[in-house]
Amino acid sequence: MSIAEADRPEGKVFKQIGKRIKRPDGVDKVTGRARYGADLNLSGMLHGATLRSPHAHAVLISIDTSKAEAMTGVKAVVTRDDFAEQPDEMAAAGELPVNYMHVVRNVMAREKVLYDGHPVAAVAATSMSIARKALKLIEVKYEVLPHVIEPDEAMKDDAPILDETLFTDGVDPKPTKPSNVSKIVKIKKGDIEAGFEQAEVIVERTYHTKPVHQGYIEPQACVASYSEDGSGELWVTTQGPFMYRSFTARLCGMDVSKLKVTPSEMGGGFGGKNNVYGEPVAMVLSRKSNRPVKMVMNRGEVFRATGPTSGGHMTVKLGATKDGRITAAKADLAFQAGAFPGAPIGPATMTAFACYDLENVLATGYDVISNRPKVAAYRAPGAQVIAFAVESAMDELAKKLEIEPIDLRMQNAAKEGTKAAYGPVFGPIGMEETLQAVKDHPNYNVPLGPNQGRGVASGFWFNIGGETSVTMNLNEDGTVALLVGNPDIGGSRASMSMMAAEELGIEAEDVRVSIADTGSLGFNFLSAGSRTTFAVGKTTINAAREVIKEMKARAAKIWDIPEDAVVWEDGHARPASTNAGDFEPLSIVEIAKKASTTGGPISGHIQTNVTGAGPSLATEAVDVEVDPETGQVKILRVTVAQDAGKAIHPSYVEGQFQGAAVQGIGWALNEEYIYDDKGRLENPNFLDYRIPVASDLPMIDTVIVEVPNPNHPYGVRGIGETSIVPVMAAVNNAIENAIGVRLSDLPMSPPKVLKAIEENS
Amino acid sequence: MRYEAPESLDAAIALLNEESGTARVLAGGTDLIVQIRADMVDPDLVVDIKKIDEMRTISEENGGWRVGAAVTGAEMNEHAAFKAAWPGVCEGTDLIGSTQIQSRATIGGNLCNASPAADSVPAMIAAGVTLTIAGPNGRRELAVEDLNQAPGKTALEKAEIVVSFAFPARGAVASDAYLRLTPRTEMDIAVVGVGVSLELDGDGTCRAARVGLGAVAIKALLVDEAAQALIGTKVDAAAIDAMAAATSAAAKPIDDKRGTKEYRIKIAGVLAKRAAGIALERARQN
Ligand SMILES: Cc1cc2nc3c(=O)[nH]c(=O)nc-3n(C[C@H](O)[C@H](O)[C@H](O)COP(=O)(O)OP(=O)(O)OC[C@H]3O[C@@H](n4cnc5c(N)ncnc54)[C@H](O)[C@@H]3O)c2cc1C
Repeated sequence: MSIAEADRPEGKVFKQIGKRIKRPDGVDKVTGRARYGADLNLSGMLHGATLRSPHAHAVLISIDTSKAEAMTGVKAVVTRDDFAEQPDEMAAAGELPVNYMHVVRNVMAREKVLYDGHPVAAVAATSMSIARKALKLIEVKYEVLPHVIEPDEAMKDDAPILDETLFTDGVDPKPTKPSNVSKIVKIKKGDIEAGFEQAEVIVERTYHTKPVHQGYIEPQACVASYSEDGSGELWVTTQGPFMYRSFTARLCGMDVSKLKVTPSEMGGGFGGKNNVYGEPVAMVLSRKSNRPVKMVMNRGEVFRATGPTSGGHMTVKLGATKDGRITAAKADLAFQAGAFPGAPIGPATMTAFACYDLENVLATGYDVISNRPKVAAYRAPGAQVIAFAVESAMDELAKKLEIEPIDLRMQNAAKEGTKAAYGPVFGPIGMEETLQAVKDHPNYNVPLGPNQGRGVASGFWFNIGGETSVTMNLNEDGTVALLVGNPDIGGSRASMSMMAAEELGIEAEDVRVSIADTGSLGFNFLSAGSRTTFAVGKTTINAAREVIKEMKARAAKIWDIPEDAVVWEDGHARPASTNAGDFEPLSIVEIAKKASTTGGPISGHIQTNVTGAGPSLATEAVDVEVDPETGQVKILRVTVAQDAGKAIHPSYVEGQFQGAAVQGIGWALNEEYIYDDKGRLENPNFLDYRIPVASDLPMIDTVIVEVPNPNHPYGVRGIGETSIVPVMAAVNNAIENAIGVRLSDLPMSPPKVLKAIEENS
Repeated sequence: MRYEAPESLDAAIALLNEESGTARVLAGGTDLIVQIRADMVDPDLVVDIKKIDEMRTISEENGGWRVGAAVTGAEMNEHAAFKAAWPGVCEGTDLIGSTQIQSRATIGGNLCNASPAADSVPAMIAAGVTLTIAGPNGRRELAVEDLNQAPGKTALEKAEIVVSFAFPARGAVASDAYLRLTPRTEMDIAVVGVGVSLELDGDGTCRAARVGLGAVAIKALLVDEAAQALIGTKVDAAAIDAMAAATSAAAKPIDDKRGTKEYRIKIAGVLAKRAAGIALERARQN
């Protein structure tokens, strides 16, 4: 019997779930005790530094490291020659799979450098200043090639080709000329032509977004220590210690069993810490020097070389009848993948119209490589980029039809039973509920003043399950130690302790959650895809149920009655059926204390591939005020309504909604990579790459919608991503409402907004 | 790198003068340390001036004010009398970075870093500040707008230090204002910054005015044409419009990552108009 069948959430009275307990990591974080990636220091440890390409595109002719190697204090230097070639083989990496052939080239440039900041060599030395001086002694010969940044440019016939061996996948017949378009994907439903024929009103527009960075505060950091016996340890800030183990072991030619990865505390990732960068380099430096090596990126390196998300070039066309029924929806999108294939065009085409119940859909995605760092996942990868275009188009359609924008969405909303264009038939989902929640919110009815506008948009994200392995140990005093393999990137330790406590009938404070190293548990997929609270939570609940089963068995043994004559209630074993009342109930503490005489330690261990993730939808309303003389946009109000399924710890859920909204506001208004004419990044710092600061933002108001996911015992969906999806369009729609002109390019920075106002007047 | 923190100006000048390699004055370090870490400079000697008393005080002098070059933005904003006299200058220092940055960042550092976008400089140009500079050959004075030459380049000679800033005495019906435009509300660099200082007669006629303009040229500018558009008028809408147009006309920006040329020229006028309005309002309330 699956737990889902056993325990539907309807009618269940929770004792722990839904409480706002103190965060278990809070004190250590505010006192500075928490240990992040850069906080480990080992004796004899060296400092690694990376030499990076100053060119966007060049042939790497030669690298002479002899002078650096001769420098006092330098213990090892590595280049492409220290990494073996990797085959053309895909490896899972969260929401964006990667190819080992490309991973090795991204970690250290081989034939060519493909972007400003591409690693070319690395040094380990007794101090950081020696390491940095040594980098200056490395002589690299480049043959600079023409470069290309924007996807529409990279798709042109005369564009510089990055990879002569790349032929577009997904076209028939197979092309004969290499291209920067690595692949084309299509999502189809119904008959798009017929759909547009039925339409009485059509809107069509082309939109652009710029690449943006995840903007995590903690830069990539690790300490690698390779032993003479061929084993190694890696301490690292990562969303996926098991994936970092596979990647690092593979690139360093090690057996997986020889490498132990210990995740540090996380200072933010948002998808950006799913992929290795300096970790295999640090390991090889350690192997060469026989010393531990620390590598910590500076902010410039983070911006120049770690995964941002794609910029997109998109055209969206919608057709509808006069009464507001959408008859056809079409999207063409070309996304920048960066230097190697793998932009999130899959999720973008799949989610493009997933909020709606539509007959005729066609979404075509182009994966385009260009001279930029390889993209990484970013909070609902791809979905946010295409949603900017689709949800702006929805607003334009609503205006043309003279239908209230929430009403138009409601009329076309996906619901239980809707067959999505990307395949599945939805179970219960919360699109209508989030629309209603925003419509009913007081913010939506505040009268607007001069130069103010209001915009709405919705968004969809799948969420995932995946490989999960947890161990729960009952301690000798009756408290509980829970070991999970997923780094806590959004409050999962609190949520796990609450779910375990709910099952066990104890207080969450009595369950201490630790994040395991890779030697202590079976394989865990990474903390991504909003999977952790759902999948690790479900597995934790199952592990607790195993512990309960064992505790009942111990009680049965003590009382000498059959196991099935014992029930578990409120943290106690109680005799049931014919024995009811014969014995005093045994508490979890008493059972724990007697464990050594009743059969030894009590634990529950579950490993599984969790399925049944429930999509989470969100609707958001944004109010803005535009300064008509400067084009500056002030965010007045933001209302986020997202379907959590069930909020385990509501404060953390609200925090995720708020954080996602803030990232979206930055993306909408100011964030962008700015390249000079040589393809060098001009703003690799938080001064000129403008994420919002606190004074830019109002309080973000949240509404937690709960349409339970039937595939989780308490109804949990993932909630970490969807709330970023609607934001850019909601801001755009609000600006349009304020100034009467629709923008189509992100970021909607003051000069662009002012220009739009002036062109309109 | 050698670090020295002398307690007298003479000692500081001597240290700087004797150094044959690269020497730098260190005030709050919020520019210098960032530049060292970014590999932009690699000084052999750093002379910290924060222990020199003369450079750390704010005092009244001849009906005006003298502010030491190593006074921080936070200290200026906490000094009620100075702030009442020069609210626009204090507005400039209050915009620098964040509370943490302001408690280190000095007025001298803001000027001597020679960034055309430095926030206290347009307001100090508008205020008509005179600098006192000390060096191996003694002391000299210089108008604040004449110190900076280009980004990162000042008119200071070897071993010269800016010691203090003299704010002139002025009439009762006078005030100033500074406005900048940044895409973010804080922690940002001015795309345009405008300082306006004006003084009115008893009948409301503008007797004196100065306009300082930042971030639109290789250095912050004194815009005399803009000031002339106000002087002798009742600072009515037409005068303010003329002054705004003169400010835009004086702007010589470039397109860069922080803004386009076209946008900056327009915004120079918009901010000039708004800053003049605020300064006027303040003056009338005095
Ligand atoms: C996060 C952050 C945000 C910032 N935001 C802003 C902002 O919004 N607006 C703005 O204008 N600036 C900003 N800055 C820049 C900086 O804080 C200011 O320019 C500040 O006023 C510099 O003062 P300081 O005392 O720290 O100078 P320092 O870094 O100590 O010195 C700067 C330069 O001036 C020289 N120098 C200093 N004092 C003297 C002197 N008395 N005589 C001769 N030379 C001298 C130094 O040698 C050095 O070259 C920011 C900086 C940071 C790090």
